Parts: sequence; C-alpha cells; structure tokens
Amino acid sequence: MSRQGRLAIFERYAQRWGPFWNLFYRFGPPRWSLLLLQNGWGRNLVIGVPYLWLTLFFLIPFVIVLKISFSEIRIAMPPYAPLWEWVGDTAISIKLNFANYRYLFSDSLYVSSYLYSMQVAAISTFFCLLLGYPMAYGIARASPAARNLCLMLIILPFWTSFLLRVYAWIGLLKNNGVINNVLMALGIVDQPITMMQTDFAVYIGIVYSYLPFMILPLYTNLEKHDPTLLEAAADLGAKPAKAFFRVTLPLSMPGIFAGCLLVFIPAVGEYVIPSLLGRTDQLMIGRVLSDEFFANRDWPVAGAVAILMLLMLVVPIMLFQHFQGRELRKPS
Amino acid sequence: MSLPRRSIFVPTVLAFGFAFLYVPILSMMFFSLNNSSLVTVWDGPNSPTLKWYVKLLNNRPILDAAWLSIKIAAVNATGAAVLGTLVGLVLARFGRFRGRTLLSAITTAPLVMPEVITGLSMLLLFVALEQWIGWPSGRGVTTITIAHITFSMSYVSVIVQSRLASFDESLEEAAMDLGARPPRVFRSITLPLIFPAILSGWLLSFTLSWDDLVISQFVAGPGSTTLPMVIFSKVRLGVSPDVNALATIMVLIVATGVVVSAVVMQRQERRRQREVQMALASGE
Repeated sequence: MSRQGRLAIFERYAQRWGPFWNLFYRFGPPRWSLLLLQNGWGRNLVIGVPYLWLTLFFLIPFVIVLKISFSEIRIAMPPYAPLWEWVGDTAISIKLNFANYRYLFSDSLYVSSYLYSMQVAAISTFFCLLLGYPMAYGIARASPAARNLCLMLIILPFWTSFLLRVYAWIGLLKNNGVINNVLMALGIVDQPITMMQTDFAVYIGIVYSYLPFMILPLYTNLEKHDPTLLEAAADLGAKPAKAFFRVTLPLSMPGIFAGCLLVFIPAVGEYVIPSLLGRTDQLMIGRVLSDEFFANRDWPVAGAVAILMLLMLVVPIMLFQHFQGRELRKPS
Repeated sequence: MSLPRRSIFVPTVLAFGFAFLYVPILSMMFFSLNNSSLVTVWDGPNSPTLKWYVKLLNNRPILDAAWLSIKIAAVNATGAAVLGTLVGLVLARFGRFRGRTLLSAITTAPLVMPEVITGLSMLLLFVALEQWIGWPSGRGVTTITIAHITFSMSYVSVIVQSRLASFDESLEEAAMDLGARPPRVFRSITLPLIFPAILSGWLLSFTLSWDDLVISQFVAGPGSTTLPMVIFSKVRLGVSPDVNALATIMVLIVATGVVVSAVVMQRQERRRQREVQMALASGE
C-alpha cells in the first residue's frame, strides 16, 4: 500500500472520530501522564496495570484457597485456624492439615459427586457436539446474508439471562408442564412422564445453555475451509460422506476441541442447572462445594473440594489455552 | 463451499436446533400472558392478560435489585472494557516480554473456570484482605464489582485481540513513520480501529455481570441483593408467572438491542470497507 493510501485512511479515521477523541482528551488524562507514556514508562504501565489486577484478584486467590484447604475448621470469623503461628518470639509453627483431603476420599459422597459431575459434563458435551456440529456446518455453508442472520439467532439467547433460560425449561419439563400437557392431549401418553429432577433434564439444560459455545468455535473453523478441497475429493471419486470424514472432519478437529473444552470445563462445576433441574439424591460437585461453604460453613473442606476440582480440570484448561492461543495468533 | 448433492440432513438439524433454542423462550413469553397462576395451564376465558406485568412493576424488591444490577453492570462493563483493552493490546501488539505467557494464561483461564471456584477464591481473598489491611470492610457492591471486572475483562481482551489480529500493523507503522509517538498512534489509529470491539466487549461485560448469580452469591453481603439472586430464590420455589413477565421484558429489550447494534455495526463495517477501497484507489 502506498504512503498516500495509508495517510488517506489515517485522515479519514481522524476526521470521523476526531471530535469524540478531542472531547475524551479534554477531560481525559492530564499532560504529565502522556509525558510518562512517551518515556518508555508507558509500556510498563500498560503491561503493569492489568497484570497487577489479575495477579491480585485471580492468581493470589487460588493460593489463599490452597492455604485454607490445609487449615483446620474453627468456630470464629473467619472459620478457619491460621496455618502458621508464632511460638514465643523466634519460632514459627506451621501446621499442615491433610485431614480435609483425607475426609474427601473417605466419604463416598464426594468421590461419587466428582465422578457424576465428570459423567454429566462428558455426556452433555457429546450431545452438544452432536447437535452443534451439523448446525455450524449448515451455517458455514449458507449464503452470507443467511449466515449473519443464523449467527445472530445463535447468539441472541446467549445475551438474555442464563438463569431465566434454565427456568424456562422447568415450565416445559415439569409434570403438568407444556411437554406433558401436549403429549397427553395428543393421547400419546396417559400418565405424565417424570422429566424434572432427572439426569435427562440436566443434559437438556447444559446442552441448551452451552450450545452457542459449541457452535461458534466450530463455525469459525468450518468457515475457513477451502471449498476446492472437497471438489478435489469429489473429482477423485469420493462420495460426499467419505469426503466429509476424510477431509472436513479432520480439518475441523481444532474447532471440535475448542468447542468441547468450552462446554466441558464449566459444565463440570455447573451449579445453577443441576440445582434447578437436577436430581436431589445425587449432587454435582459445584453444588457440594457451595453447600459445604454456605450450609455447613466448613471453609477448609470447601477449599479442598475446589482444589481437587481444579486439579481435575488443569489438563483440559491447559489444552483450551493452547487452542485459544493458536486461534488468536492466526489472522482471520 | 458447496456439496455436490444437497442433503436434507443438515437443514433438518439446523431447523431442529433453532426450535430447541427458541421454543422455551417463546413458551415462557406466551405464558406470561396467562391469567392462571398455574403458569403452564392456559386459562382461556380470562387470557391474555397483563396482570403479571402490573404485579411485577409494583414489586419493590425486584425493582430495587434490578436497579442495583444495572449500576453494578455498568461500572463493571466500563472497568472491564478499559482493563480488557489494555490486556488485548499488550498481548496482540507488544511482542515478547517477560511474563507474557503467564499474562495470557491468567486472562484465558477465567473464560472456562467453573464459577463456584472463582466465587470461592474471590471471597476468600476479600476475607483475607480485610484481615490484613482492613479493606474491603465487609462485602457488598464493591466486592461484587471487583469480582465481575476480573472475569469480564478476559472476554473483552479476547474480543479486542481477535479484532487486532484482523488488522496488520501497517497502519500503525505508517503513523509512526509519519512521526507520531506511541500514545498518539494509539489515540488516532489503534483506538478507532478497535472501537467496535471495545463496544461489543462493553456490552458483553454488561450482560455477563447482569446475568451472574454464582460469583455474586459468594462475594455479596447484606444489602447487596442483585436481580439474579432475587430470581433464583423465587425460581427455586417453583415457576411463578411474574418471573415469566420479567423474562419477557428482558428478552424483548435484549432482542431489540442486539438487532439494532447488529444493523449499525454491519453498516459501519460496510462503510469502513468502502473507505479502505476508496483510499486505496486514490492512493495508487
């Protein structure tokens, strides 16, 4: 691009946004801050401020959770004993207490909650993929206008309240709810089917709430595929199904991974959906954590539950960061 | 991309998927007009009625909670937009520096971190901070806002980063060649270019905060009951018709907003492309 071409774009932007930025800068940062920015301090400042924020409010909290998970419960505020205490003037006594972790493994309630959460998350992720993949595929192949409309329709529910969308399913699934009323009016069943407080309801809730998270990464991937690859496969005699399994599916693996992780990881710790739709005899681990914390006021055990959940999710989270980083570095 | 033969499978699934997404919302809106308090049993003779809307608008606790949620969401969105933009800029444009990997890790982790873990760790931090330095004294609106900013800024940074990745650095380099210092380049080139991304990040952060139940529940204190908390305690007791009315109002507002902003953004994007083409044509 020529110098003048760049300059022309530059000037156009300056014109369009000019008045707005002038206003912003009149009431914005004072002159000395700009001076600071110009002397290389700016770079450090721009990196430093968000870094400090995230370290203080995201990283350090995990250290504190880890610390509290090793302490003893005590009846006070805050309800846990300090890990280290001064003995006399010169010595510190550190008490690491593994009892919370031992307790989690000794009581089958916790182990089964962990396994159940993984199972629910895995099954829901699978159904999410089953529904989301063909949808993403269809949207990626639609005409540009239809594509934009479809994408908007996918995202729109995501902007409305998550809580209310889960709530909507209560009205559909309960015994005198819409689905049972319709089925009985049509004479398909004579007894209402129990759907609330079952695994089925939780799967529905998770698939429903997380579907956009599955579709969007898949769509981003599928949209970039080169159509000539499929034509080449067809020329070489591959049937559409075979071309799909040999060309499209392998190419879309990064999208599948990203989508599945984006659904699976938060679903493991899901709290709202199982609380509203799920079983009462088998709790998911997110609910167990919150009950330990709020109902039993046992902060150390709640901390231990959180640390173990984090350990389970470390590998999926790192995989997610790997795919996410690759996606963001690549210009679209 | 076109397939040699059009199959019926993909359109069917697409239609089913959209039905799956919209039937619950539409049914909720439909039954908000129902006269019966049994929500899902249609009371034909007396419906449709707006009585649940009237009841809702006279419900003081819900209105107060909604107003509080709006205030928190607005402050959160602004804070998250500023911090998230900085992170996005740093990660996309600042090249290598010490600690870059860690920064990128702690900005993407909140995207998938289960809410109960984030909520618990935040609360324990606030409790510990209060013990050590006496701030924040007690929990309430401040702690909720800080917690919300921390997870919202990740979303903003992802949006800003992908927007920055879609522009090459030639514009910024051109401005530098013309003698502009980095702050000036940011103000005149980068900021206008990523402004749509910041705006959608702001909106997304607003709704994330407006919608958040779990993290707020952990870090809230007495007197800071947000709207999702009120809804959750109502909904736990079963379906209630005024929640349907509330949901309908929210869906309508959001739908209008999303449609309007989509149209505006599309128009701006088109104008931008036209200007780039014109500039290219005039320059060569």
